[in-house]
Amino acid sequence: MLHTFVAYVEDLPGVLTRVASLFRRLNINISSLTVGRSERPGLSRLTLVCEASSEAGHRIRASLFKLENVVDVDDIAQAPSVTRELALIKVAATGQNRSRIFELAEVFRARIVDLTSESLMIELTGVESKIEGLIEVLREDEGRILEICRSGKMTMRRGHHVSSVLKAMGAAEGETEEKADTASEDSVASGQA
Amino acid sequence: MGTNANTQSSNAHLTTPTRLTGSEILWATLVGEGVTDVFGYPGGAILPAYDALRKFPIRHVLVRHEQGAAHMADGYARASGKVGVAVATSGPGATNLITGIATAMLDSIPIVCITGNVSSKVLGTDAFQEVDITGITLPVTKHNFLVTKTEEVAGVLRQAFQIARSGRPGPVLVDITKDAQQGSAIFDFAAAKPRPYRPHPMLRVEASGLDQAAELIRNAKRPVILAGHGVIESCAMEQVRALAERAQIPVGLTLLGLGGFPASHPLSLGMMGMHGEAWVNHAIQEADLLIACGMRFDDRVTGTPSSYAPKAKKIHIEVDPAEINKNIKVDVALVGDLAEVLEQLLPRISGRNGSDWLRTIEGMKGAVAVRDIKNLPDLGHLYAAHVMHDLWRATGGNAIVVTDVGQHQMWEAQYFHHDQPRTLVTSGGLGTMGFALPAAIGAKIACPDKEVWVIAGDGGFQMTASELATIVQEKIKINIAIINNGYLGMVRQWQEFFYERNYEATPLVSPDFVKLADAHGIAGRAVRTRAEVAAAVEEARSAPGAFLLNFMVEKEDSVYPMIPAGSALHEMIRRPGRDPLEERADDR
Ligand SMILES: Cc1ncc(C[n+]2csc(CCOP(=O)(O)OP(=O)(O)O)c2C)c(N)n1
Ligand SMILES: [Mg+2]
Repeated sequence: MLHTFVAYVEDLPGVLTRVASLFRRLNINISSLTVGRSERPGLSRLTLVCEASSEAGHRIRASLFKLENVVDVDDIAQAPSVTRELALIKVAATGQNRSRIFELAEVFRARIVDLTSESLMIELTGVESKIEGLIEVLREDEGRILEICRSGKMTMRRGHHVSSVLKAMGAAEGETEEKADTASEDSVASGQA
Repeated sequence: MGTNANTQSSNAHLTTPTRLTGSEILWATLVGEGVTDVFGYPGGAILPAYDALRKFPIRHVLVRHEQGAAHMADGYARASGKVGVAVATSGPGATNLITGIATAMLDSIPIVCITGNVSSKVLGTDAFQEVDITGITLPVTKHNFLVTKTEEVAGVLRQAFQIARSGRPGPVLVDITKDAQQGSAIFDFAAAKPRPYRPHPMLRVEASGLDQAAELIRNAKRPVILAGHGVIESCAMEQVRALAERAQIPVGLTLLGLGGFPASHPLSLGMMGMHGEAWVNHAIQEADLLIACGMRFDDRVTGTPSSYAPKAKKIHIEVDPAEINKNIKVDVALVGDLAEVLEQLLPRISGRNGSDWLRTIEGMKGAVAVRDIKNLPDLGHLYAAHVMHDLWRATGGNAIVVTDVGQHQMWEAQYFHHDQPRTLVTSGGLGTMGFALPAAIGAKIACPDKEVWVIAGDGGFQMTASELATIVQEKIKINIAIINNGYLGMVRQWQEFFYERNYEATPLVSPDFVKLADAHGIAGRAVRTRAEVAAAVEEARSAPGAFLLNFMVEKEDSVYPMIPAGSALHEMIRRPGRDPLEERADDR
């Protein structure tokens, strides 16, 4: 089955290597990985999607927690959640066929974010199937797609959900002040790979 | 070498913030963490640290190979429960540590390895003796650090010690660039304290789980406790014993659990698994309840998982949540420190009559005892089992025995009975040949008042035999028993059973080990018959210095019983031929 993990990790050199190395060791392919800043200073948030047996979820989450730089791990499993992906698609388009692409973009609620005499760039967010759908219709015209850049999935649980770990760490705002005190200690503790 | 002179100022650093070099901070932090001994080997990138060493009350043991340093730190930790420390230079010094680090990782041993690295300005340029040791050791350490700033040395080291010893322990490597050692910074030991230890968020011991476990124990007809390394690491000997005695449950042990429950206890079944006593494995296969205490259902213990203990409900008490349901599915998981969990479970356990089941197991013992080898006729042949048995008798079981890997390791586990924790030091998870001699040096330095015996095969001994010189330089009294069968015996045994006796690459020519010892200034003698064993052991024990005994044992003997890899626990290979013979009076 497809597993989705959301993790907060320390924003330090080498942390991603440690996360990736764990999956490599378990011989599990990471099908999608998105990392960026979170609401908490010093912590990155990542969404990781992988294919593994249904029992593997517990062990993966437990093993992620064993990494010193991993602060919190949520196994989204079947929980109600919102998943989005972002795609930038550059297509060849001259004066004659531009309007057809504008129409397609309209249907998919995509935006045109760049336009030149020979090409244009489409920005699309949505679930995987929506992005695949647009790519598919664009492909119907041979040679039209020049470049595709996809972000990988980002997932957030629906409703008011804060993990006990994050709760114990306090609210994101309160954290800012506390962090200032411990900042030197944190930099001392920087693990690298 | 030897104990370095203590200077008055060294401890003062710990209380008053002082400007020190990174090298001084390194040692001062170790002193503050309670370190008194380190095992290491110098080189360019760690030379600043060595230059500062003499100012601190730390004994440095010069090893002959960095693998030895890591094993010594490991043996030190296993024998004492303290964190062992190994030091090496960059590049080849660091890579030589890796086998030792992996050995500690697989057996959850707390060690801290400190390596020097090239200056931070040239990191990543393939500078002379540069390797990415934090990258290389990432999968075989619990955690590792690269330190490039002097200000970070103390904090990182303190955190490394905390990580190594907390939760499920393990090795931590700290790689310190040369410029971080050479720079200076204010050293404030108290301020460098690590962040508060965060227990694994998935630890879970709920009242409902405890009640369920108690209920299973109350209703079990054929329960068995499986005691592993966690019993020793969590110091849960008393609690396991209380559980066994109160509910009259027999206890089987893993290799690394030996000593966690007294072998002489009437409820002790001995070692389980691939070379475990037949009755232990039969008891496990027949059991209706297994209570796994600090063990991880390793494949050497379970055989084929699908046919393992098919009739049993399983309770798993374990500190590492990632071990739950990893190899064997369990019915109740109590995820926490073993001693603490058992403290909570014990009040829920009342007296239980286990006599029927105990009698059944006693019956199995009679029929399938492995002890027969002790009674092999004394026809001038020396059997390794004789040596183990007589050694156990002679030492009263009080010595720390450090074994290598192979047949002799299994014979030791079968015939040397350990009543005390930390009296058996052996590489279980990684099965590292060459472990015994250096690990024994570490054990002896940790426990100078203990009698320490190395038991090694003729093969494994040669992997790290250069540490004989370390023994002499450090003036260490340890006794060495080489079980010399002229073969890489355990591999030969597999060839005998599974490869039609094709003894490819297993016959072994060795030096005369007694002469080798002599060349180092270590006394020794060869032993060829059982009649000589007791006197030779006494001679070794009473010799003032280290002593080596070269036991010339039966060449093609095998370890029985044996469960072939991938078979069920009850499908074991038994000693061929003859019925168990009469026991000699002292063969218990
Ligand atoms: C470093 C290493 N290399 C190879 C092995 C595989 N191995 C396991 S037991 C063994 C034979 C050990 O021979 P010896 O040291 O003579 O002990 P014996 O089995 O004869 O008692 C070998 C080669 C190992 N465990 N470790
Ligand atoms: Mg041998």
